[in-house]
Amino acid sequence: MPQIKESSSPAEKERERWDEETLKPTLAKVAERKQSFQTVSLADVNRLYSPADIQDLDFDKDISFPGEFPYTRGIHPTGYRGKLWTMRQFAGFSTPEETNARFKYLLAQGQTGLSVAYDLPTLMGYDADSPLSEGEVGKCGVAVSSLSDMEVLFSGIPLEEVTVSQTINAPASVLLAMYLVVAGKQRASWEKISGTLQNDILKEYIAQKEWIYPIKPAMKLVVDTFEFCTERVPRYNPVSVSGYHIREAGATAVQELAFTLRDGIEYVAWGVEAGLDVDRFVPRISFFFNAHNDFFEEIAKYRAARRIWAREMKSRFGSNQPRTLQMRFHTQTAGVSLTVQQPLNNIVRVAIQALAGVLGGTQSLHTDAYDEALALPTDRAALIALRTQQIIAEETGVVNTIDPLGGSYYLESLTEKMEQEALDYFRKIDAMGGMVAAIEKGFPQREIQDSAYQYQKAVERGEQVIVGVNKYTMTDEPAEVPILVIDESVRDHQVERLEQTRTRRDKGGVANALDKLRLAAQRKENTMPATIEAVSAYATLGEICSALRDVYGIYEEPAF
Amino acid sequence: MSQRKIRVLVAKPGLDGHDRGAKVIARALRDAGMEVIYTGLRQTPEMIAAAALQEDVDAVGVSILSGAHNTLCPRIIELLKEKGLNDCLVLVGGIVPQEDLPKLKEAGVAEVFLPGTSTEDIVSFLRQNVKPRE
Repeated sequence: MPQIKESSSPAEKERERWDEETLKPTLAKVAERKQSFQTVSLADVNRLYSPADIQDLDFDKDISFPGEFPYTRGIHPTGYRGKLWTMRQFAGFSTPEETNARFKYLLAQGQTGLSVAYDLPTLMGYDADSPLSEGEVGKCGVAVSSLSDMEVLFSGIPLEEVTVSQTINAPASVLLAMYLVVAGKQRASWEKISGTLQNDILKEYIAQKEWIYPIKPAMKLVVDTFEFCTERVPRYNPVSVSGYHIREAGATAVQELAFTLRDGIEYVAWGVEAGLDVDRFVPRISFFFNAHNDFFEEIAKYRAARRIWAREMKSRFGSNQPRTLQMRFHTQTAGVSLTVQQPLNNIVRVAIQALAGVLGGTQSLHTDAYDEALALPTDRAALIALRTQQIIAEETGVVNTIDPLGGSYYLESLTEKMEQEALDYFRKIDAMGGMVAAIEKGFPQREIQDSAYQYQKAVERGEQVIVGVNKYTMTDEPAEVPILVIDESVRDHQVERLEQTRTRRDKGGVANALDKLRLAAQRKENTMPATIEAVSAYATLGEICSALRDVYGIYEEPAF
Repeated sequence: MSQRKIRVLVAKPGLDGHDRGAKVIARALRDAGMEVIYTGLRQTPEMIAAAALQEDVDAVGVSILSGAHNTLCPRIIELLKEKGLNDCLVLVGGIVPQEDLPKLKEAGVAEVFLPGTSTEDIVSFLRQNVKPRE
C-alpha cells in the first residue's frame, strides 16, 4: 500500500482511494490505449479530474459570477440569453464590386456584421499597379488602393447601422481614414459608427509578418489611432489584439494566450505613456482568438484570457472600471486545421471549433468555409459556414444558460493551469523589458517556430491524428469541390480605376497633403488628421505609405 | 571521396508573410542532413534565381500560399534556366488548386507538395531526384 500523505485533504484521499480500489484492478487487466494523452498543443492531460484538482480555487476570487470580477464566466450578466454573438464572416476577394456583392449577400442571409479581408498588396501598403503587386491583386482579399475603391466597397451599406471589422495592420491608419471619409460621405456620424480595426502590429512582427515600418514608429501609428478614436470616434475599436495568427503560425494554446495578452498589455502601456487615460481607451481594445481542435483546451483558454486581463488591468494599471477590466473578443475557427484531403470533413471540424468559441463566451465569431484549404470560399461554402453558427445558436441549446461548463473539474483545473503558464511567460517577457524588446530579441518568434516543428513531428509520428491525412486516408478521394478562381483581369480592372483616380484628382492638393503627413510624422504629431486629408484628396494607399516610409524607414527582419 | 550534401534553397516569393511551412521544411531538411539556405520573406523571382546561383543549390523549394503560384513559379524557372541552372529542381509547397498542377508541371516544376504532406516525403523526393554531384 502506498503511504497516504499526512497533509492529504479529504478530496485527495478519496481520489487516492479510487486509484487503488477501482482504477488499478482495471489497469492490471487492460492497459490504456496510449502511454500518454495530450492536447493538440502537446500538453499532457490527466486520466481524470476530481474535486482534488480544484480544491485550491476560490469560487468568489477565481471563478465568480458572469458580469463580475474576474469575469472568468463571461462579461455579460445574461450571457447569450441577452444577446447572441455577432455572426461576422470574414470576406473579401477580387474587386470592390465583387466583395460589395458578397457583403450584401451575407447580410441578406442573416449575418449581423461585416468583416473585410484585404488582398496582399493592400496589406503591405502597395497599389494595384505596383510591380510588387503582380499576381497578388484581389487574390487573398479585396484590392483597395484609394478612396475610390473604398467608396465602391461600401456602396449601399449603411455604416451607421452595420458594424464593420477591417483586417488591416501595417497600413491600418490609412484604411481607417478611408473608412471614416466614406462614412462621412454617407452622412453617418463618427460619434455613432462602430466597428473594429485589427491594427495589431505586434503580432505581425511575431507571426503574420506583414509589416512595413520598424516596430517603434509602427507602434506610434497605433497609438495615434487610439488617441484619435478616443476623441472623435468613441464607439469604434481601434485595435483587435490578435492571437489568431500567432496560433496559426504554430503556437500552442498557452503561447497564443500569453503572447496575445502580453501584446495587449504592451498597447495599454504605450497608450498610458502617450498620456491617454486607461479608463477612456482600454474599454475599446478588443481581442481576437483562434478556435482550434482541442475542445476543452480552447474553452479554458478563453476563460483564462478574461481572468488574466481583468487581473492585469487592475494590478498593472490600477483600473477599477468594469469596462476596462472586461475582455471582449472575436473568435475564428482554425484555418490551419482544415485539410485539403476529404474537404467536406472540414464542416465538422469548424462546427466543433465554433462550439468551443461559443462555450468560451465569444462576442463575435467567424466560421471558416470547408474549402479554405483549397482557395477562398465559394458562395456555397460561405453559406454553410454561416449556417453552422445559426445551428449552434438556434438548435443546440448551449446558449440557454451562461458558461454551462463552469465548475467542471477538468475545465476549471485547465483554466487555472493555462493562466499560470501564461503568467510564467509574462515574467520572462517583463524581464526582457516588455513585448517590443522581446520581439526584437526574437523570443516569441522562436518559441512559436519550435512549437510548429514539434507539432509537425508529432503528426508524422502519428501521435497527433488528422483524419484523412495521417489516418483514415483514401486513395480515391470523393469528388472534388468547386473552388473560387480569381483571374488576372482583376488587376487590370483595379489598375484602370487607379489611373482614372490619378487623372481626376487635384495633383497639387495630393502633393500638399503628403507633405503635411511627412511633417506630422517627423514632428511626432498625431498622423491621423493628415492621413484623412491625404485620403480625401485621393492620395493612394501606396503614396501615403511611401510618404511614411520616407520618414520612418522600413523593417528588416533579423534572422532568428 | 564523399558525396556532397544536398543543398536546398527554401524560398518565399511574393508579398505573403506566412512562413510557418517554409521554416518547418527548412528545419526538417536540415535535420535530414541537407544544407539549407532560407531566403527570408518577399523575394522576387530575380532574387531567388540569383540566390540559387550564388549558393550553388541542387533544388529550390518555393513556398506559396497566396494564389500567386501561376505568375511566380514559371518566372522563377525561366530565370534559373537563363542562369544555366538546368539541373536545379524546383519544388512548390503550399495552397495550389488541383487544376493548376498540370500547368505548373508543364512549366518545369518537379513536384508540388500540398497541405498535409509529410516532411519525410519531401526528404525522400529530394534524395531520389537530385542528381548526385561530387
